[in-house]
Amino acid sequence: MVAMDSVQKWFGKLHVLQDIDLQITPGEVVVVIGPSGSGKSTLCRTINRLETIDEGVIAVDGQELPKEGKSLAGLRADVGMVFQQFNLFAHKTVLENVTLGPIKVRKHSKADADRKAHEQLRRVGVDDQANKYPAQLSGGQQQRVAIARALAMEPKVMLFDEPTSALDPEMIKEVLDSMVDLAKQGMTMVVVTHEMGFARTAAHRVSFMADGRLVEENTPNEFFTNPQSDRAKDFLGKILEH
Amino acid sequence: MPLANNTTDERGIAMTTSTGTKTGTDIPQAIVKQRNLSWWISGLIVAAVAAFIAQSLYVNPNIAWPVVGEFILSPRILNGLWTTLELAVLSQAIAIVLGLVISLMRLSSNPVAGAVSRGYIWLFRGTPLLVQILLWGNFALFYDQITLGIPFTGVTFASWPTNEVITTFVAAVLGLALHEAAYMAEIIRSGIMSVGYGQTEAAQALGLTRGQMMSRVVVPQALRIIVPPTGNQFIQMLKMTSLVAVIAGGDLLTVAQNISAVNLQTIELLIVATVWYLLVTSIASAGQALLERRLGRSIRRQKDRGNKTARGRAS
Ligand SMILES: Nc1ncnc2c1ncn2[C@@H]1O[C@H](COP(=O)(O)OP(=O)(O)OP(=O)(O)O)[C@@H](O)[C@H]1O
Ligand SMILES: [Mg+2]
Repeated sequence: MVAMDSVQKWFGKLHVLQDIDLQITPGEVVVVIGPSGSGKSTLCRTINRLETIDEGVIAVDGQELPKEGKSLAGLRADVGMVFQQFNLFAHKTVLENVTLGPIKVRKHSKADADRKAHEQLRRVGVDDQANKYPAQLSGGQQQRVAIARALAMEPKVMLFDEPTSALDPEMIKEVLDSMVDLAKQGMTMVVVTHEMGFARTAAHRVSFMADGRLVEENTPNEFFTNPQSDRAKDFLGKILEH
Repeated sequence: MPLANNTTDERGIAMTTSTGTKTGTDIPQAIVKQRNLSWWISGLIVAAVAAFIAQSLYVNPNIAWPVVGEFILSPRILNGLWTTLELAVLSQAIAIVLGLVISLMRLSSNPVAGAVSRGYIWLFRGTPLLVQILLWGNFALFYDQITLGIPFTGVTFASWPTNEVITTFVAAVLGLALHEAAYMAEIIRSGIMSVGYGQTEAAQALGLTRGQMMSRVVVPQALRIIVPPTGNQFIQMLKMTSLVAVIAGGDLLTVAQNISAVNLQTIELLIVATVWYLLVTSIASAGQALLERRLGRSIRRQKDRGNKTARGRAS
């Protein structure tokens, strides 16, 4: 579903993505984990071209990423993205947030879009908030609306960039629960997160990233109990200490 | 209510009923009462001064009030007022559109567009409006013909004498609009920049095109920042139109001066103009307040919620 082949990217002199090869099959859930600054967000953002790449190829559902314009917008519509900071449209109600894409990009009728939006909002448990503005919701509710907004586009892949790291502990669970449900329903997902509980229950694979490289890939169980590389051992040692 | 011993009397003076325990509330109480006394005194002084000035104007033998009454609704004055309104509305409208283009150029990644935009703002904001109006009014002195053609090739389609194209009215609009556009460009740019980067990224991630992103996500949010200063600019524009009197622009001030040049009632006609300017700017201010209230709806909802939760936590 997603294929990254020898992808290279520089930020000036910083070689932030080095020789990235990553194949994700339909329905697979991949958790990307690694130290801060290792390039996880950048990797995630290249998949819908919020960041450009300098070398290599990225294809989504067999189609290479278009450079610009209409076809790029079309591809982005097929790739859902959930941000750390939620990024809900502040001037629109929850319902309008979820229907904007389906109406403007998918060209659905308003009635259709409304009906489907309520479906998605119900799926993540925030349908009762449909007429509020984002600022009137808790962080956990906002993030679930953001997930519903992405799902309403009926994407082929969902990208999550640290979706719970801006949330209070009691709200993390409600967001993770929604994500676990989604994984169980067979959505293809790339999730940057340090939530090991989520990785263990929902992920098929953990990719460990350090200094712009994918250093190690394994099943969650193998990775957490028996890491191979020194970088991974070191990293897990640090996050498990606390 | 947890703060039940704080009450307010009908004059709005905060009162704190004594509950026996000495707390810090005694001190603010004293301050409130003192300010209240000086509030009355200063109010009286200001009212007395204002009344004195008004009275001295009214009984001043050098001002013939009947003349003011005679001209305030005269057709010539109303004509000038109409021209003033036309100038202000047209110039402001052109300035908003042109300012939007200039601000988008400034924000674009294209360095040529950015440089042109910066140059424009530098030139039109850096020179006095009065000078710009005089230059447009005398445009024929340095270009006597205006020609439509392909630059640098000598191919021309049509040509007109400058004085036929740039009438006084056109010169006035050019002067006001091009100057104003420089300010509008900066106002619009700050509005667009106030919309967080996360908003545009989310719009892009949904697959919205650039145009859709601008019209559905960026502009509606930027408007809340852009509208209040634009209202101020328009009110200022209503007054700045009076500068076109230097090229006999036919506006309210031009007409008032033309009349007083004949009847020598200078002050009376300036008062006529002043009254109209005040009336028109007052209406514009009211309109601005109305517009701002409409645009502020979603913000106000957020504030309501903020107050409620704050109160909820306190109790
Ligand atoms: N737009 C940018 N311009 C220049 N450098 C950047 C830019 N974005 C990221 N970087 C740098 O690239 C590196 C990787 O950043 P990235 O955000 O992908 O890391 P990350 O693994 O997601 O880290 P974190 O866990 O802290 O979110 C960092 O060193 C960062 O400073
Ligand atoms: Mg990151």
